[in-house]
Formats: sequence, structure tokens, C-alpha cells
Amino acid sequence: MDAMTAPAPSDTPLLSIRGLGIRFRTAQGDWQATRDVSFDIARGERLGIVGESGCGKTITGLSMLRLLPPRVATVEGTIGFEGKNLVDCAARDMRRVRGRRIGMIFQEPMSALDPVFTVGDQIAESLRVHQTISKADARARAIEMLKRVGIASPERRVDDFPHQLSGGMRQRVMIAAALICQPQLLIADEPTTALDVTVQAQILDLLRELSASSDTALMLITHDIGVVAESCTRMLTMYAGEVIEDAPVDDALRRPLHPYTSGLLRSLPHLSERRSKLPSIPGRVPTLNMPTGCRFQPRCSHATQGCERPQALLDAGDRPGSGRRVRCWRFRDIDLPGVVH
Amino acid sequence: MSDVSIQRPPHVIRRWLASHIAATIALLVLTFLVVLAVAAPVIAPYAPTAQDANNMLSPPTNLHWLGTDDLGRDILSRLIYGAPTTVYACLLAVGVALLIGLPVGLIAGFFGGKVDAVISRVIDTFLAFPAIVLAIAVTSALGIGLTNSMISVGIVFFPQLARLVRARTLIVRQDLYVEAARCFGASSLHILWRHVLPNTIQPVIVQVTLLLGTALLAEASLSFLGLGIQPPNPSWGAMLARAYQYMEIAPEQMYSPGLAILITALAFNTLGESLRVSLDPTSRGR
Repeated sequence: MDAMTAPAPSDTPLLSIRGLGIRFRTAQGDWQATRDVSFDIARGERLGIVGESGCGKTITGLSMLRLLPPRVATVEGTIGFEGKNLVDCAARDMRRVRGRRIGMIFQEPMSALDPVFTVGDQIAESLRVHQTISKADARARAIEMLKRVGIASPERRVDDFPHQLSGGMRQRVMIAAALICQPQLLIADEPTTALDVTVQAQILDLLRELSASSDTALMLITHDIGVVAESCTRMLTMYAGEVIEDAPVDDALRRPLHPYTSGLLRSLPHLSERRSKLPSIPGRVPTLNMPTGCRFQPRCSHATQGCERPQALLDAGDRPGSGRRVRCWRFRDIDLPGVVH
Repeated sequence: MSDVSIQRPPHVIRRWLASHIAATIALLVLTFLVVLAVAAPVIAPYAPTAQDANNMLSPPTNLHWLGTDDLGRDILSRLIYGAPTTVYACLLAVGVALLIGLPVGLIAGFFGGKVDAVISRVIDTFLAFPAIVLAIAVTSALGIGLTNSMISVGIVFFPQLARLVRARTLIVRQDLYVEAARCFGASSLHILWRHVLPNTIQPVIVQVTLLLGTALLAEASLSFLGLGIQPPNPSWGAMLARAYQYMEIAPEQMYSPGLAILITALAFNTLGESLRVSLDPTSRGR
């Protein structure tokens, strides 16, 4: 894990989300998927968003490219990116951001590639959507990208169809396609979940290396803290649609401030330690009937009187400007175990 | 898939044909038809309307290889002269069906909601009519004649294609690569054209080849009813219809136009099936 420093707050962040609330209209009435989500991503920063299934991390990612179904989803708040508010900018502007300024890759590399086109065609697609470029040039760029994502004999692979590639190679192709326009931000939604463990590590290495070499910011959405620890500089924990902790990865692993983050960390299996039973967090994420006040309180072993009050995201930096935030009013009173010492 | 053909030399076509015997034969049959159509005046032994008053309803002889019809016209010559009309009729009908059905189905399936509801109800209305009644109604509205009657056959056919395309589009638009394309900044039109259309086209190709055969028969029916080609111009359907009236006296008259229709329809179907298999990248290289 490489040591890092939090970005100085005076820098204008690349992306700035404020008060993002996403509501879905369902047959049972409105469902508030996320509430008051606010965070920044600095240029070149690698941010990991973790949380259990249904905590709103994927939805947040999709909302940044405005890919939520407009008939059922309403989005409030602002997503500031390069001087535009992505929540309500014109559809034409949005299309110019997608692929060109913000790229995205998905969990399922198996189905994210169109079966009737060659790999080269798909990699060059966003290039050809955003600029006029000859077929030969597009092909040359596609080969160059294939080389950059570490695919052997790219001149041959460029004419392959997706079904001729393995899962790991397809994910590499997706990464090549997402990065060919040199976007400022790459959103990776569970990019390694569908892959073998060995391939996972390779893909994570690749993402980290590409992000560092081209100064592309990375937003990695995952439920796997190990993935974040390996490839990110900052970790954002989400729970039941809220951001509950925001901290540099090293700090979050060493000394988490929110009981939920600590619980997540302790429920990671360790090969080195012989423990009789893997600790787990009792209960499950509330979905429709949110508890008042702290949303984690029904599952929290540190809950006391006062936790039923609404919780704000508090500045929790040991030093000013460290960018640590936590949504727990007792964070100074409780001492929580982490995983790295 | 024009992108592929650029990088691959033309001898792939030869190789493809070598590995698809049935398609090669089908293609030969269709090429033969085109040659017939172009060279009809040179090849045909008689003019299509020339009458031989001494040999009416004659069985095949040295003079008339396939016999003559009830007016003493040489059946072989009429078959040859009828080929272009017949092929034109089929292609026109299916072309019209494709031209309407494909975009309508794509739009209904892709955009969904109210657009889909309206289009689907219109399609249902078309499907509720008996085909022949609808064809007659449309032909009488457009005016009698081969072109108009085939346009009306196309209009009768389009709901089938539109339904098929819509159903397929509904599946394809859920696929992740459609969302991925949107992530790359592609517009709806681009996604429809580049991703949805190529992925819906396979079943359409099969349906089109089946429709080509059906269009042949529809042409025959409409000509039989006097709405299609006007006598004395020959078409296979009209010949069949005419032969039908003399079935008891000269049954062999029906064989040649009937067989011609059968072989052509079969050739279309075979070619369509081979094309479908080859256009599916996952079944390539077997």
C-alpha cells in the first residue's frame, strides 16, 4: 500500500458532489435510494466506495453519467464536473461528457461487449462517437490501447470477436474502450467481481498503473475492502444510502471512526490469524423503513441514548484539512479496532 | 459488417461459398434466374404472347419443350419472360415490408412506453385483418397493377416483421453493451443503428427469406384474382392460376410454373439460412 497525502482542500476538485439524493418511484411509493451524498474527487485521485449490496454505491455511479432511468428516478443535489452540473445540464453536453471526460466500466465484462463487433471496433467506438477519425487511424489507436492494457499480440486480437476472449481479457478490452478518449475520471463498478482471483489482482494493478500514468482519477465501486486497500488512496464508506465515513485508506484501515466501517474491516477473513469464528455484523441493511437518526443504530453495538437524533457528517480530522469525515456523533468516545497496525 | 470486409481480402467470399454447398447452389439458381431475366429475348424460343393455334394445351413436344397453354402460347418462353416479373414482385413486396417493418419495430421496442403502445395497437389492427382481404383492399385503393399489388402485399407483410423486430429489440436494449455504448457518449440513434439493429437482424433475415417465398405465392393469388399482373404479360403466379383452370384436361401445365416457384423459394430460404449462420459471429469457424 503506498502512502498518500489527502488532497489540499484549496485545490479545485475534479468532481464535486453535493447533497446528492436519488429517489425511485416504485409501486409501493417513493424509495429514497441515497440521501445527502457529498464528496469530492481530486485530479488523479483513486477513490474507493465500499458498502454492502443496496447501499447506493452503484446508483451513485450511474447518476454521475445520468444513466438512471429518467421515468422512475429523480435526482436532486449537484454533481459539479468541469464547471458543469451533471444533474441538469443539456443532454448534448451530457453525451459529450460520457466516454470523453468520464469513462465507465462494468462488473460483467462478458455481456458489456457487443457480440457482433470486433474488439477493435468497440474500443474505437467512443473515439468515433466524439470525433471524426478515419477507420485506419481508429484501428491504429485501438491497437495502441490494447497494447497499453497488456494484451499480447494486439495486432491479431484487434480483429477478434468478444466470444473469443477470456473474462480477464474482455475486462481489459473494456478498460481500453473506456480510456481511449483519455477521460479525466474512470468509474469502475465492481470491475473484478466476476473474475478469478489471480486475474482480479492483474486488473487492479492495471487500473492503478493506468490511473497513475495518465493522471486519470479513479472511482472504484466495490463491496470488497481488500480491493480498495490494494488500489485506492481514499475510502468512502456508504451505508443505507448515506456516506458514513470518508478517510484516506491507510487511516481508515488503521483506525476506523465509524462502527460500521470497523465491522466491515473485522469481517474480512485473515489467513494468518487462527480465529474460531469470523466476526460479522448482525442484522441487515434497512431498505424501506429507515430508522430515525443514525441508520446503523439498530445494528450497532455502541448505540446509546442520543443515537436516535439525526446524524450529520462531521469533520473528524486529527489535523485540519486531512479530509476525514464521519457520520457518528460518538466517534471521539469510542475506540474501534482496525485491521492494520 | 463493412468494417470486417475492409481488412479481409475478397477471396473470403470464395472460401465461404466452398464451405456452404447449399448456399452456393442457391446462389447459382438465383444467378441463373437473373441471367434468364436479362437474356430472355435471346434465349426464349418464342415470343411470350405468340400463339400456336395448332397446338393448344399441348403436352411437352419437340416444338414446345414444356407444352403450351390454353391459347397455344409456349410455356417455356412464358416462364423465361415471367422470371424478371416474378423476382421483381417478390423483392418489391418484401422490400416494402422491410422498409416499414424494420424501423417501426425498432422504434417501438427501443423507446417503449406510449410510442410502443400506439405502434403495437396499429400492428394488432393490421394482423386482425385476413391477409387476402387486406391486400385486396389496399390494391383497390392504390390501383390495379403488378407494382401496386406488390406494395399492398408488402403492407400486409410488415406487421409480421415489425413484431419480430420489436420483440428482439426489447431483449437487446436490456443488454449491458447498449448501456456501455451510452456510457461512451453514443446517441440513441447511434445505439439503434450500431448495436440494436445488428443484433436484431438475424431472425429478420430468416423471416425475410420465408416472406420471399410467401410473396411469390401472394403474387400468384392476386394475379389469379386479376389484381396483379395484367394479361397477356406473363408471370409465374398468373401462369399457375391460368393452368389451374385447365387442371383436368392438361395437368402437366401446372408443373413447370409450380416447380419454378418452388425452386426459387427454396433457393431464397437456403441462402437466408446460410447467411444467418455466417452473420452470427459466435457460430463462425465451426
